[in-house]
Amino acid sequence: MSIAVITFPGSNCDRDCLHVLQNVIGAPARFVFHKETDLGDCTGVLVPGGFSYGDYLRAGALAKISPIMPAIHRFADAGGPVLGICNGFQILCEVGLLPGALMLNRNLRFISRWVDLRVENSDTLFTRHLWQDQIVRMPIAHAEGNFTVEPETIAKIVAKQQIVFKYAGPVREDSPDGNPNGSTLSIAGIVNEAGNVMGMMPHPDRASEAILGSTDGIPIFRAFAEAAQEKSRLEYSY
Amino acid sequence: MKAKVIVKLKEGVLDPQGQAIQQLLAQRGYSQIADVRVGKLVEFELENVTPIEGEAMLAEIADKLLANPIIESYRIESQ
Repeated sequence: MSIAVITFPGSNCDRDCLHVLQNVIGAPARFVFHKETDLGDCTGVLVPGGFSYGDYLRAGALAKISPIMPAIHRFADAGGPVLGICNGFQILCEVGLLPGALMLNRNLRFISRWVDLRVENSDTLFTRHLWQDQIVRMPIAHAEGNFTVEPETIAKIVAKQQIVFKYAGPVREDSPDGNPNGSTLSIAGIVNEAGNVMGMMPHPDRASEAILGSTDGIPIFRAFAEAAQEKSRLEYSY
Repeated sequence: MKAKVIVKLKEGVLDPQGQAIQQLLAQRGYSQIADVRVGKLVEFELENVTPIEGEAMLAEIADKLLANPIIESYRIESQ
């Protein structure tokens, strides 16, 4: 078993994610290239950040028709744990594994800075090592992080407790409500209804070593790696 | 066959780019411009298809790829 870190042309956090999994968490992980069509023995999928296909058309849009995507779909549909970070979140929304879309930030700018997040649901595969309402700190770096959903969908997301992280500051001139990008309900991360797919705009991969200024990302990677470990490939019928 | 797919943000979806353009235009004296919405225009040249086949193919491509139905709508114009 191993965790697949998917590399698209333009992914630029794939090495960071592989490094955290292998060297910080000690979990087996390997790159899976976008041109591959199956995930081999992998029991977890990490879709990393970056600018897949140059963000052409829309962030994450072209990844939707890449060769590896049907395998990721099958893996997720079979209940396998899938984590998307930043561009990975945008991709998971584009392919329909998560609800909503990530639009241009409210202030039209690329925002690269540290944010505080509140854990809105600590009862997920990915957040079970965090406390409910805990504040965690990690960086964001995106131009399209403005989470947008249709009104009928947002009610469902709230009711099913699919909101995992919300932006919680710092309060600044450009984000008086502590919401840096204009996301609906300050949403920074969500899970799918089944709870096995999570997407988040902030970067736990850039907050998993003390030298980087925060280790708040570690519990997320650890929980994800454990979920991948617990599921042997045999459990999936793909 | 030549065709265009015009992708627009759906009604009711906030368009921060359009707003920024409208505000700048208002500052520059174009006070008659009440609203601006920015979209995308994708031009296609198709070969060996009938117009009906071509339009069907473009609709499929637009549904699958060019427009995100959560925030965008599209229209096909063929010549």
